[in-house]
Amino acid sequence: MPIEWIHGLIGGALIGLAGAVYLLGAGRIMGASGIIGGLVDGSGRDTARDRLGFLAALLIVPAILYVVTGRTADTHVTSNFVVIIAAGLLVGVGTRIANGCTSGHGVCGISRFSLRGIVATVFYILAGGLTVVLFRHILGVI
Amino acid sequence: MRFMLSVLSGGLFGAGLFVSGMTDTTKVQGWLDVFGAWDPTLAFVMGGAIIPMMIAWQLTRGRTPLVGGSFPAPPQHKIGHRLVLGSVLFGMGWGLAGLCPGPSVASLSYGGAGGLVFMAAMLVGMGAAPTIGARIDRIAEAS
Repeated sequence: MPIEWIHGLIGGALIGLAGAVYLLGAGRIMGASGIIGGLVDGSGRDTARDRLGFLAALLIVPAILYVVTGRTADTHVTSNFVVIIAAGLLVGVGTRIANGCTSGHGVCGISRFSLRGIVATVFYILAGGLTVVLFRHILGVI
Repeated sequence: MRFMLSVLSGGLFGAGLFVSGMTDTTKVQGWLDVFGAWDPTLAFVMGGAIIPMMIAWQLTRGRTPLVGGSFPAPPQHKIGHRLVLGSVLFGMGWGLAGLCPGPSVASLSYGGAGGLVFMAAMLVGMGAAPTIGARIDRIAEAS
């Protein structure tokens, strides 16, 4: 089994543990787009401190691991800024309209057999797959 | 208490995204690229995450959250135009850049200018979403 897959399983378990702590501890569903979006549109004003604490740790822990492990953590983000801006806008609008992303609908939704979570995941994976095929293999942009 | 639990959860989430390699956009696009060099890593991450979460959902039965209050209501089964259209738009952006909201925060310190620009655009999109969502609702009602 390739080491990347084992890292994937271990990292995945940590993500699941994070969601379990958020659910069993704070009684909420751990969804990154909801936690960020609630701060942006003001719907999460009452819990702003918790949200900022979550996001600060989400930013700082990988930064520390990056320095401590010395592991190359290149994100390989495209240098085409038109693509990056279009992608960011689509992710921002789409996740908030669908009320969830990979963590909320994917990890937390599928694990409770939520039909909404499963349907959302099917649609964003299909749309993502078609987008990669179109823009990589047909248009050659990404 | 709720604050500390949020910090703990965010930290674990960040560690998981870093360890799993999910802040590397080539791994995410590799998973989506079924006609290229397909990379199944994302499936292992999802599987690894869903198992502890399934146990967590089981543990919510007959209990209350540590900080008090109540657990989220049982899942709704209403599939509306917002869920489908929003997920399609999200998927398109996810495919284009290989980033979704969690990893975009987790990789902000080492993601360079591209990561910062993505974050800025995502925040603008999230700010515009209520207005766009309301317009979509009107179109859906009219049709």
